[in-house]
Amino acid sequence: MTVYSAHLKNWYNPDLTIPPYPLNLAMSPNSAMTMTLQPLLQVDSLTKTYGDLVACDRISLNLYPAQVLGIIGESGSGKSTLLRAIAGQVPLDHGHLTYRDRAGQWLDLRTLPEPQRRRLMRTEWGFVQQNPRDGLRMGVTAGANIGERLLDVGDRHYGHIRTEAAQWLSQVEIPTQRMDDLPSTFSGGMQQRLQLARILVTRPQLVLMDEPTGGLDVSVQAKLLDLIRSLVRTLRLSVVLVTHDIGVVRLLAHQLLVMQQGQVVESGLTDQVLDDPQHPYTQQLVSATLVP
Amino acid sequence: MTTLSHPQSVPLSATDPPVLLQAEALHKSFVLHNQGGVRLPVLAGVSLSVRAGECVALVGESGSGKSTLMRSLYGNYRIDRGSIWVRHQDTWVDLPQLLPHELMAVRQHTLGYVSQFLRVIPRVPALEVAAEPLLERGVEPEEAADRIRALFLRLNLPERLWALSPTTFSGGEKQRVNIARAFAVPYPMMLLDEPTSALDATNRAVVMALIEERKAQGCAMVGIFHDEEVRDRVCTRQLTTIAP
Repeated sequence: MTVYSAHLKNWYNPDLTIPPYPLNLAMSPNSAMTMTLQPLLQVDSLTKTYGDLVACDRISLNLYPAQVLGIIGESGSGKSTLLRAIAGQVPLDHGHLTYRDRAGQWLDLRTLPEPQRRRLMRTEWGFVQQNPRDGLRMGVTAGANIGERLLDVGDRHYGHIRTEAAQWLSQVEIPTQRMDDLPSTFSGGMQQRLQLARILVTRPQLVLMDEPTGGLDVSVQAKLLDLIRSLVRTLRLSVVLVTHDIGVVRLLAHQLLVMQQGQVVESGLTDQVLDDPQHPYTQQLVSATLVP
Repeated sequence: MTTLSHPQSVPLSATDPPVLLQAEALHKSFVLHNQGGVRLPVLAGVSLSVRAGECVALVGESGSGKSTLMRSLYGNYRIDRGSIWVRHQDTWVDLPQLLPHELMAVRQHTLGYVSQFLRVIPRVPALEVAAEPLLERGVEPEEAADRIRALFLRLNLPERLWALSPTTFSGGEKQRVNIARAFAVPYPMMLLDEPTSALDATNRAVVMALIEERKAQGCAMVGIFHDEEVRDRVCTRQLTTIAP
């Protein structure tokens, strides 16, 4: 066996050491895998109840850098509660939430002092609401919406803020001459893109999205999906995306959690879950989808 | 129950190229929960090993498990039992045991797949669709675009289509986008699901040449080819699936 692998070393790729044939001998399962990718966010046994109702029942997930995690399920499945719990908008009953910040420090989000947590939400995190009216300040201009997060982190240089605002408007494909217009004069798709610009200006690592394409026409949806997809790659964003739309997760999410009645009933790579659904609920969900 | 014949066990000799992929005793059945819980066994103890520079054709009647085997080898279908060892970078990994993000890395760097289907966001141009795997590997956008343009030219995809979304393309045009997408990346292993089904003779010849080049570079390939001419030319051996 030694002789065999020794000669193989020189064939094809000298750096490879081929294990003896047959292969099932000394291979400890994947332990030597050189993938040391660390998660950005870890959710461990997250539980949230409302009285007798268990909205989230021991949910665990890992989110990795530059990846999109889709959470799919019908209304009442607990997917939005999970997203809000991750965002710190609803208190947890049990479980752990840990996040690796830009400095590489692991933060326990449940014990993080409130001022620090709020600062994190305004800098390294972003939340995209389904209804842009909930995520934007409708009474101030588009430019001011984008500038707000910069002001929050202490930027007082008006010229700089305007330059940044213009840059992010064009990143999300809004003409910069619309900078001084109110968001209410924008179409739904533009408002949704303005929400993105407003968040991206502080270069977040993590963006939470609640049905971001929910209220949009199909043609506008495509543009937003494409934009989110390219932003994920170019800005290395990690995204948790809640939706009930299988088409959206198919195109956007690397990984998928399927929720039903507060529990994760199935998870895996998006193509695995959608092409080979195992749980009765997922099978029902997939077979009920019209594929054009 | 479907069984697949084990590949002709070629005796090992000192000159054989290395095994890059080895599937052992794969079992896969589908349980249809919404149709009375019917259980459909498709793979029962299938094994296959592929060496560098080989192209193994999966042949057999439709419904005999060729596609299921292909999709299982990609980790798209989750097998019930068995192992799929893949040479990934400098280590061996067993696909069914990988965490999702690990499987993503294997697909990004090691295991390419030419699918029959092209799923894209409606407004993204063909050039970008095809360049995506390169960009995800960190190739600079200009270099990625150059590589795709070269492949599009070679595959005779009319230049006026490059900036258009493939959603409106014909079957053969979409197929060439898929082929460029996969062949732009130097994967050491590739799975080909009917890569020439919608192509004319000229482009079929181009794809055969691409496959031959990859084999010569030591790529291990597994494919389903309904076109016998293509199969006979590019495949080094066959794995026959036996209908139930």
